[in-house]
Amino acid sequence: MPEPERRRRIRLAAALALLSALLGLAGLGAGSGGWAWPFGEADAALVVGEIRAPRTLGAWLVGALLGLAGAVAQGLFRNPLADPYLLGSASGASLAVVLVLAAGTLAGQGLDLATVDLLLRTGLVAAAFAGALAGVLLALALAAGAQQTLRLLLAGVVVGVVLGAVADLVTLAAPEALRGRQVFLLGSTGLLGWPAVTLLAAGLLLALPPSWRLARGLDALALGEDTARSLGLPIARLRLGLVSLMALATGVAVSQAGLVAFVGLVAPHLVRRFAPAPQGYTLVASAATGGTLLLAADVLARSLIAPQELPVGVLTALLGGGYLLWLLHRRAAAALGGRL
Amino acid sequence: MRVGVAAAWRALAAREAATRTGRRAVHRLGLGLLLGLGLLPAALADIVLRDDRGRELRWPAPPVRIVSLLPSLTEGVCALGACARLVGTDRYADWPAEVRALPKLGGLEDPQLEAVVALRPEVVLAAPSTRVTERLEALGLKVLVLESQTHADVRRALGVLGRLLDREAEAARTWAAIEADLRRAAARVPAARRGQRVYFEVESAPYAAGAGSFIGETLARLGLGNVVPAELGPFPRLNPEYLVRAQPDIVMAVRREVEAMPRRPGWQHLRALQTGATCGFEPARYELLVRPGPRLGEAALLLADCLAGLPPPAGGAR
Repeated sequence: MPEPERRRRIRLAAALALLSALLGLAGLGAGSGGWAWPFGEADAALVVGEIRAPRTLGAWLVGALLGLAGAVAQGLFRNPLADPYLLGSASGASLAVVLVLAAGTLAGQGLDLATVDLLLRTGLVAAAFAGALAGVLLALALAAGAQQTLRLLLAGVVVGVVLGAVADLVTLAAPEALRGRQVFLLGSTGLLGWPAVTLLAAGLLLALPPSWRLARGLDALALGEDTARSLGLPIARLRLGLVSLMALATGVAVSQAGLVAFVGLVAPHLVRRFAPAPQGYTLVASAATGGTLLLAADVLARSLIAPQELPVGVLTALLGGGYLLWLLHRRAAAALGGRL
Repeated sequence: MRVGVAAAWRALAAREAATRTGRRAVHRLGLGLLLGLGLLPAALADIVLRDDRGRELRWPAPPVRIVSLLPSLTEGVCALGACARLVGTDRYADWPAEVRALPKLGGLEDPQLEAVVALRPEVVLAAPSTRVTERLEALGLKVLVLESQTHADVRRALGVLGRLLDREAEAARTWAAIEADLRRAAARVPAARRGQRVYFEVESAPYAAGAGSFIGETLARLGLGNVVPAELGPFPRLNPEYLVRAQPDIVMAVRREVEAMPRRPGWQHLRALQTGATCGFEPARYELLVRPGPRLGEAALLLADCLAGLPPPAGGAR
């Protein structure tokens, strides 16, 4: 590996670690009173230990899962516009959430009570996770497996549209689900507690090592399918594995925090801009970038207009998107300058 | 059964129309006399109203074909005893029971224009900030835009509807009944609960009803405080931590959410949850609480009844 490239990678890793640590501290200090460490208050330990700490850690983990899923998606589809929600997981999850929110009303409109009871007992988190997986499974079934990338993509988009439309219909029948659905669509890190953090961490631990192992396959795939096949790569199995990992990471993240926008799309881009590297590095660094980005958004979401909150997804789009735009602009300007 | 009800309405509407024509004839007679004397302009018999857009609207006589695109305005029309004049409502209207059988015309943001126009309403009642107003007016319909956000709005809307429907006495009576209910509800609140601070949850994000919302106004009328000050706006989205630090004395929400609250991070330390100082409402009842219409008084009584049923606060009010 050329020396400057190696140095850039190390520099990015160090910057991400430092930023995460700083933002983590900020996350413990930012709360409903704005920027204030609640020292001296009777419930300081409670506020920091049971609310801010899990929320901070949880936001980072959600971002990391989405960053990882985004990097997997972009590598898998060899498309810089791919994001974790591509294969129907987002619409599957939101349909499930809407069904749970609307269960009470639907009981009066023909849905049998056993189903309603089941929905209510499942709860939003489990339903969102199951919905996300079901969406991806449906896309896989429609595309008859992961043989053809284009077919899989198309199936994913169609599943997304159809499930989204069904969710719209359910919302029309049960308007009280509307606000809850909107909260889910905008994403929210406000209610992450220690149990959520445990689940998120477990999700990341389950998804990261196999992704790392499959990253070599992604590198081969980047050379084109024919080349990859000629290298003796079991492409169909590789794809299936990657799709499963993507669904797992996305499902866990979405079930805890809703459809946080843009992290999964922008994190791999940021990594590639800073330090072009093989997929293994890109996957891990994308996870770290996603975590850092979402944590920054979360800290801002709670402190900008405290004690009110901004939807965290809005801030990820502004922060990540704004930064990417600036990078693109700078590069374009530099290229122009070079030519002149 | 539905046909029977519809027929009854038509009969009622016809009767109303008949009395109205009769009244108009009398008016005309009187007007003719006055005109003959050259004392009054011809427009005096018209009903002239200014709606919440500041637009002046004019009817030659009280309309008998009304479409309402907002549940609280539907309730307002019915509270004034003019339910029979409604020919269609939005899909969310569910009170009083008879409006459920009326044609459903979609929602305020997505009404079925064709169906609305086909009903030939003399007036369409709607809330502000809707694209549909323009469209309906372009199609030649009269749209009366009324705000329903605060107690004052409800009172004003009732007044405007009263003049529109020639039911001003009923409008005054309805508001007086609301006021009486509010006072009765306030008297029912146990003395130990007065001045206690309430957290009223609108959605689990959590969104709260602040002191500036009509729910906050009702709570204030009951002699209660609010953990969310008016400066934060009517329905702010809060940092969940805020509630743990604010420690509301009483928590109000949909029953299912109240049951789920102890599982939110840190919320098991909310004293109101620990001591059972909670009002969890069934969805249908909750719907009544969050609808700013003529059942405001009934909603206040519902709140007061819950407060009266709570265990007495330990150590009294803070």
